[in-house]
Amino acid sequence: MAMNYNAKDEVDGGPPCAPGGTAKTRRPDNTAFKQQRLPAWQPILTAGTVLPIFFIIGLIFIPIGIGIFVTSNNIREIEIDYTGTEPSSPCNKCLSPDVTPCICTINFTLEKSFEGNVFMYYGLSNFYQNHRRYVKSRDDSQLNGDSSALLNPSKECEPYRRNEDKPIAPCGAIANSMFNDTLELFLIGNDSYPVPITLKRKVLLGGQIKCEIQKSPGGDNLEERFKGTTKPVNWLNPVYVLDSDPDNNGFINEDFIVWMRTAALPTFRKLYRLIERKSDLHPTLPAGRYSLNITYNYPVHYFDGRKRMILSTISWMGGKNPFLGIAYIAVGSISFLLGVVLLVINHKYRNSSNTADITI
Amino acid sequence: MTPLMVVLSITAVKDAIDDLKRHQSDDRVNNLPVLLLVNGKMKEDKWMNVQVGDIIKLENNQPVVADILLLSSSEPYSLTYIETADLDGETNLKVKQAISVTSDMEDRLELLSAFNGEVRCEAPNNKLDRFSGILTYKGKNYFLDHDKLLLRGCIIRNTDWCYGLVIYTGPDTKLMQNSGKSTVKRTQIDHLMNVLVLWIFLGLGIICFVLAVGHGIWQNKKGYHFQIFLPWEKYVSSSAVSAILIFWSYFIILNTMVPISLYVSVEIIRLGNSLYINWDRKMFYAPRNTPAQARTTTLNEELGQVKYVFSDKTGTLTQNIMIFNKCSINGKLYGDTYDKDGQRVTVSEKEKVDFSYNKLADPKFSFYDKTLVEAVKKGDHWVHLFFRSLSLCHTVMSEEKVEGMLVYQAQSPDEGALVTAARNFGFVFRSRTSETVIVVEMGKTRVYQLLTILDFNNVRKRMSVIVRTPEDRIMLFCKGADTIICELLHPSCSSLCDVTMEHLDDCASEGLRTLMVAYRELDEAFFQDWSKRHTEACLSLENRESRLSSVYEEVEKDLMLLGVTAIEDKLQDGVPETIIILKKAKIRLWVLTGDKQETAVNIAYSCNLFEDEMDEVFVVEGRDDETIRKELRTARNKMKPESLLDSDPINIYLTTKPELPFEIPEEVANGNYGLIIDGYSLAYALEGNLELELLRTACMCKGVICCRMTPLQKAQVVELMKRYKKVVTLAVGDGANDVSMIKAAHIGVGISGQEGLQAMLNSDFTFSQFQYLQRLLLVHGRWSYNRMCKFLSYFFYKNFTFTLVHFWYAFFNGFSAQTVYETWFITCYNLVYTSLPVLGMSLFDQDVNETWSLLFPELYEPGQHNLYFNKKEFVKCLMHGIYSSFVLFFVPMGTLYNAERNDGKDISDYQSFSLVVQTSLIWVVTIQIALKTTYWTMISHVVIWGSLGFYFCMSFLLYSDGLCLAFPDVFQFLAPEKKE
Repeated sequence: MAMNYNAKDEVDGGPPCAPGGTAKTRRPDNTAFKQQRLPAWQPILTAGTVLPIFFIIGLIFIPIGIGIFVTSNNIREIEIDYTGTEPSSPCNKCLSPDVTPCICTINFTLEKSFEGNVFMYYGLSNFYQNHRRYVKSRDDSQLNGDSSALLNPSKECEPYRRNEDKPIAPCGAIANSMFNDTLELFLIGNDSYPVPITLKRKVLLGGQIKCEIQKSPGGDNLEERFKGTTKPVNWLNPVYVLDSDPDNNGFINEDFIVWMRTAALPTFRKLYRLIERKSDLHPTLPAGRYSLNITYNYPVHYFDGRKRMILSTISWMGGKNPFLGIAYIAVGSISFLLGVVLLVINHKYRNSSNTADITI
Repeated sequence: MTPLMVVLSITAVKDAIDDLKRHQSDDRVNNLPVLLLVNGKMKEDKWMNVQVGDIIKLENNQPVVADILLLSSSEPYSLTYIETADLDGETNLKVKQAISVTSDMEDRLELLSAFNGEVRCEAPNNKLDRFSGILTYKGKNYFLDHDKLLLRGCIIRNTDWCYGLVIYTGPDTKLMQNSGKSTVKRTQIDHLMNVLVLWIFLGLGIICFVLAVGHGIWQNKKGYHFQIFLPWEKYVSSSAVSAILIFWSYFIILNTMVPISLYVSVEIIRLGNSLYINWDRKMFYAPRNTPAQARTTTLNEELGQVKYVFSDKTGTLTQNIMIFNKCSINGKLYGDTYDKDGQRVTVSEKEKVDFSYNKLADPKFSFYDKTLVEAVKKGDHWVHLFFRSLSLCHTVMSEEKVEGMLVYQAQSPDEGALVTAARNFGFVFRSRTSETVIVVEMGKTRVYQLLTILDFNNVRKRMSVIVRTPEDRIMLFCKGADTIICELLHPSCSSLCDVTMEHLDDCASEGLRTLMVAYRELDEAFFQDWSKRHTEACLSLENRESRLSSVYEEVEKDLMLLGVTAIEDKLQDGVPETIIILKKAKIRLWVLTGDKQETAVNIAYSCNLFEDEMDEVFVVEGRDDETIRKELRTARNKMKPESLLDSDPINIYLTTKPELPFEIPEEVANGNYGLIIDGYSLAYALEGNLELELLRTACMCKGVICCRMTPLQKAQVVELMKRYKKVVTLAVGDGANDVSMIKAAHIGVGISGQEGLQAMLNSDFTFSQFQYLQRLLLVHGRWSYNRMCKFLSYFFYKNFTFTLVHFWYAFFNGFSAQTVYETWFITCYNLVYTSLPVLGMSLFDQDVNETWSLLFPELYEPGQHNLYFNKKEFVKCLMHGIYSSFVLFFVPMGTLYNAERNDGKDISDYQSFSLVVQTSLIWVVTIQIALKTTYWTMISHVVIWGSLGFYFCMSFLLYSDGLCLAFPDVFQFLAPEKKE
């Protein structure tokens, strides 16, 4: 890169003021700042500097992109849509609100085995968790355990602020719409007797400091703590009986925390359970037939929503995402191509426009 | 709201300070003392208390307060000498004379206070050389013309005192009537900015409308059904109502598109660039201890766009100091000095001639050719006659307050220079009365009887005196323009004339002002005869002028040539060089002067405005519409014949009678031409329907000289240019006669010279040497313009990029007016994260340094065509912004869509998404400014990387555990998956 450090010598404007002048000279100060002569680095973009950059970007990005793309393609992922709007679907019966509780079973087959830790997600589509009014419909101080906010939730929670004159805990549209299907997974072995697969939940957020921890207000007796409040309208159970594990109740229930972290886009997936790797010898989920048992509580068909269950393995770069790899490859290729085109142009017209090196 | 308040208050404070300063200077003028006649006594009062009908007393060297009718003065015949430099730029003295009825009152206060005349006069107008009124006094009517009127702005000279009756005051005075309207100057960029902001508002409305419609549709199709999880607000009855509400929500969210902080930043940038002008040591003039000064801080970038410069001549281009430089006497040229080898010697090596033999010599006078002094000392007849004629033929007044210390008061500086030259060579003009002239010739005092003065006028272009010498010979001495005198010479001196003309051409080509000197000896009888006719002509009432000049012609013939004088009107330092550079920068220079045509043309040549190799210099001096039209069309026919054809696009355009304002495009002449037009013709050209002819012809010329201009005409020319050409004009002048033009032009530059402060006080920029104009325009102007343009395009770009991401997001959140970024980021983006880098760039950037700017004036041209920021550039910024926002939204979206982290956690949540988008945004806009910055000072580094660093600190703080606003490990995902 043609660079020149530009620190010029002092050039004076005119003859020095007559000595012994009675009036104070008004000659401006001779500072580099005032005379706009601050030393400066003046990079000049020339073919010699720009072209290598294009090629380097191309050469770096394309391999990265390929790497990401290949890794992404090696990730095992399966999606099971169980919305049940198709009449053929086993879950179709659950669309009617009369059947409660409604349990449906979907069978599926894994062509290849899933190795390593396998994560189970539930996915929703056409669900506007990012709607402005939805996003703000929560009371963070209530979730943080502030007891006054517990009994007097913020106005933002309207219309899920109070129910039958009792404050709702947790208040707001987000909490009210919490996903409450229960998913269970069974391996159907040769003897056609389904073997349940252990779905872990506690480890999901384990080991990490829960910053947005919505500490349960209070201590030992949760029920006592939530006294005077009522459960969200849509919930079957109050917040202190979300789980059989007493440590996973109240506002620190993991499913609740996951749900409260609103999604950026109307199609999203949220972590549901973890299927832990057992040993190096056996795949976590061997190829074979499986069945998914759904306790169908969550209505999405009213607004054309979809529900999915996703099983996915994980790589160093996360889950399956072909976009990133393609994006890298695209940028790299464009950069490389541009480099080639510019090189040709430069080579052709070099002699006529060699103006970058004028010197005086 | 807060940014708006900040903007308004900063602007308010700035304007308040400006107003306060103006008030102070007004107060100073208003409170100047003046002597008022009250109840028979002189009383000192303030200027502001002078009223019409007051009688005031003025003393020598005092400025005239108002337009007053001269009543009486200390001089004989109630003559009063005034200097009108502030009015028309002429520094010679002019004589005013009171009418006899009032002049008899002299300074007797009792008479003056009893004076009860009635003056009826015309309404206030701007004509400096016209006044008519009638004084009714003691039952008689007296006609008053402009010879009786002392105008405000004049200065009393050589007159101890005078009394006057106030006729017009304040805004009614002719000076003020001439000063033109004072308007707030706005730059083109300002106008453009306002238009663009309007556009943006419109665009904002459209976007909001589109989004509101989108919301209505979404609400109908999806939102309505989504109510099981998100019920509508109680007051929302239908999706239409919701859409209307969303329209306003989006209006608020997207308001960052209309950059309020733009106005504050623009003010700051202009202030900074103005300070640079004030601080520039190379525009500091040490002899007068005056630095350049930017008096307004709103016009900087326009300095980089100037296309036409209108310049005053006297005191602006020239120093207004005349110096006797050469002469040719009887066929011998004096003035050049040669060394032994016959080489011409440069000024610095020359030795001044010693005038010590002459006690009355002016010590400031310098001359370098010794041969002339030797010739004088030897008693060469012709040389003596030459200097004798110079010492006699003039209208100079002498003052001798101290014995031997002569001070000449010359009507024109040229005369002063000639008389001073004669004085130094030993022909000292000592004093004059109305009948005699006393000259000390080589130490001997001689008294010449002054018989007649045949005065100078523009048509005659010569003046003569007829004197009776002590030897009782009657001599006529004449000096004047060579073209005229040559015709009048006696045939016997034709050979001398040829030699002299050669010398004269030499001198003229050096830019010297030449005059021819001749004499004639008259015999007594002829003179007596002529004198009779002359007296008759003098007393005639009809056609006095023409009769006089024909009488003059009778005697001014058969002249014997003496020689030629050559005077240098010294140009200011560096003027020719500056003009060459300005010309290279495609800046057209028009010289508008109140001075004579010859003088102006001379200066034009010597300062390189006109060049000898010019194809032709056209002169327009018609006295009626038709002649002027013909002259202008002839000129145009020569420069670009096709522009007269009906098929010329401009003619076709003009025949469609377009509505004002319309614009005349630039026309290119086929060569290098100049145009000279004088004020009388200009009056027709400007007031008639000739103005387009004039403009088109004049604009094709490389240089234009308008002479004999009134101050208002100067402004009219500038206005004409502003009306039909979309160019930036700059007027530069030093006297009060330039004020109207300085005010009228887009940019007014005042030269703080000797002619008072009027021009400076009304200007936008001042400095004391014309040559600083090149620095002002090519260095400061160019930088300011480039910086402003870079600033604007970047500023619009960064705001579009920032805001339009919301637009893309709207399609994915049900048009619910959800923002992409978190609130803190929105607050800080314009105020903290991106404000300093762009300010740093627009205060420090230099694409090329000053040396290159001046070495390649062509670099100035893009500014004249406003290439760096215009509507097209704006659309480019918009497109760039749209593209960037598109990438900034969709690439993170694609990346985070259904994405999981390598510990299995999903990361497509809103906060991660915001963080990724806003971090990418900050990177992108920072890299953009880094690419735009060409001059990386320490400050640039600090503000650019500092702002970026500050963003990361802020994010770290906001997203860290303590604040519990988000989960901890989002930083893990700040991978470089964004491009650009």
